[in-house]
Amino acid sequence: MDTDVALAIRLAGDVDAAFPTLVAEHSDRLYTIALRLLGDGRDAEEVAQDALVRAFRAMHEYPHERIAELRLRPWLASITVNLARNRRRRIDDRQPPSSLEPMLDAGYDPPSDGAAAPAVTAARRETQRELAALLLRLTPAVRTAIVLRHIDGLSLAETAQALGRPEGTIKAQVFRGLRELRAMLEVAPEPLVPIHAPASAGQPLRALEAVR
Amino acid sequence: MTTTLPLSDDALAASLRDLRSAAPASIGYGALVEAGLADRYATIPTELGAVFVAWNGRGVSWVTKAGERDDFELRFRVAVGREIQPAEALPNDLGQAITRRLAGDRRVRIPLDLRGRTPFEVAVWTKALEIPRGEVRPYGWIAAEIGKPKAVRAVGTALAHNPVPLVVPCHRVVRSDGMIGQYSMGGPDAKRRILAAEGLDTRWLEAEAARGNRYTGSDTTHIVCHTTCRDARRVTDRHRVHFPSLAAAASAGYRPCKHCRPVSLAGVA
Repeated sequence: MDTDVALAIRLAGDVDAAFPTLVAEHSDRLYTIALRLLGDGRDAEEVAQDALVRAFRAMHEYPHERIAELRLRPWLASITVNLARNRRRRIDDRQPPSSLEPMLDAGYDPPSDGAAAPAVTAARRETQRELAALLLRLTPAVRTAIVLRHIDGLSLAETAQALGRPEGTIKAQVFRGLRELRAMLEVAPEPLVPIHAPASAGQPLRALEAVR
Repeated sequence: MTTTLPLSDDALAASLRDLRSAAPASIGYGALVEAGLADRYATIPTELGAVFVAWNGRGVSWVTKAGERDDFELRFRVAVGREIQPAEALPNDLGQAITRRLAGDRRVRIPLDLRGRTPFEVAVWTKALEIPRGEVRPYGWIAAEIGKPKAVRAVGTALAHNPVPLVVPCHRVVRSDGMIGQYSMGGPDAKRRILAAEGLDTRWLEAEAARGNRYTGSDTTHIVCHTTCRDARRVTDRHRVHFPSLAAAASAGYRPCKHCRPVSLAGVA
């Protein structure tokens, strides 16, 4: 990522001056990571903002050389994943799994290019909603690997670096995640909306209630 | 409506990529504010009417009389060099802290963002924070207390440039001759109003000053105070003694109060 290397060097020179660029270039992906890990837009907003602030404070503590060598994409992802994990624990504490609180938030719509026909857009949104719901049924470790590798688009090596796990483990988790998503899709005849918090892994998808 | 979900690896990967979302703009701006690289502001009511309070993650950065938003935002950007946006309200803890401080609670901590200010200015403002509600001190007192007894005029300038009036009570600093003096938040009248709201009888204070009564002593304790010191105001009329200067008090055998610490302004320009 050439722009990230250049940005890291600028940050090493002057954190305050270059930080707005980091915010502009990484807010969307950190928000996406938090949103897809947590499933809730409000929680994701707080986690993403907190991750940016923590990165800022950390860089103020680091020596220049360390900032210059930061690999921003995996580094920022790992901060976000850790904050989302803590947030998830707090959510679980205040919301027992039997809660009927809606746990899925489609999140912000990416700016539309206006080209897609409304019907196509609606179908695409439906697909996004389904897939986002299914993601939340994966175990946290597998979900995190999928989110970083396939939604955020980190390389296998970057994902491994961000999560502090061996590449082989990540590879297996990503493989397993894709397989489980596909399996859930195969038995899902209709658009699905989860009616409660993540059921235990392996619970048949029929437990989800099909709407309309 | 039934949707066909992609089952091939490539198609699934493409659908996952489609789950990327744009972050609400408030996240990025919120991060800049927390980092102290941008500010927000909100309106609060005070004795002097509505004021704008600006803040960022480091603390309160600016307090000024509320007015035209565009005008204020422009002045802020020029003077402070940061972006600023309006907010619904102050963060809870900050709002409560300011309310308590304005009500006279000096113990409540209010973080201030005073980056870019000189150590002298910060020393002057920090000293002004020690003046209790309902009391005033002369400019020369601040100068002496911060170890720059000759910098009386510079103290006046620093107070005039106080970016956070009311929060840092520069209105409690008055001219060395006891007159009320200038005030950045609306001139002497506003200064009288806020001091009156804090329980100080400014007409009485100015009348005493006009009579040349700068210091008040007690003939039982032989201690001399600033006229508005809470100790001086406890002295009964029968035992109250007035002095035009500390020198006069000293030659009458009076020692300075340890609370309000009046200092000799003799020899000060």
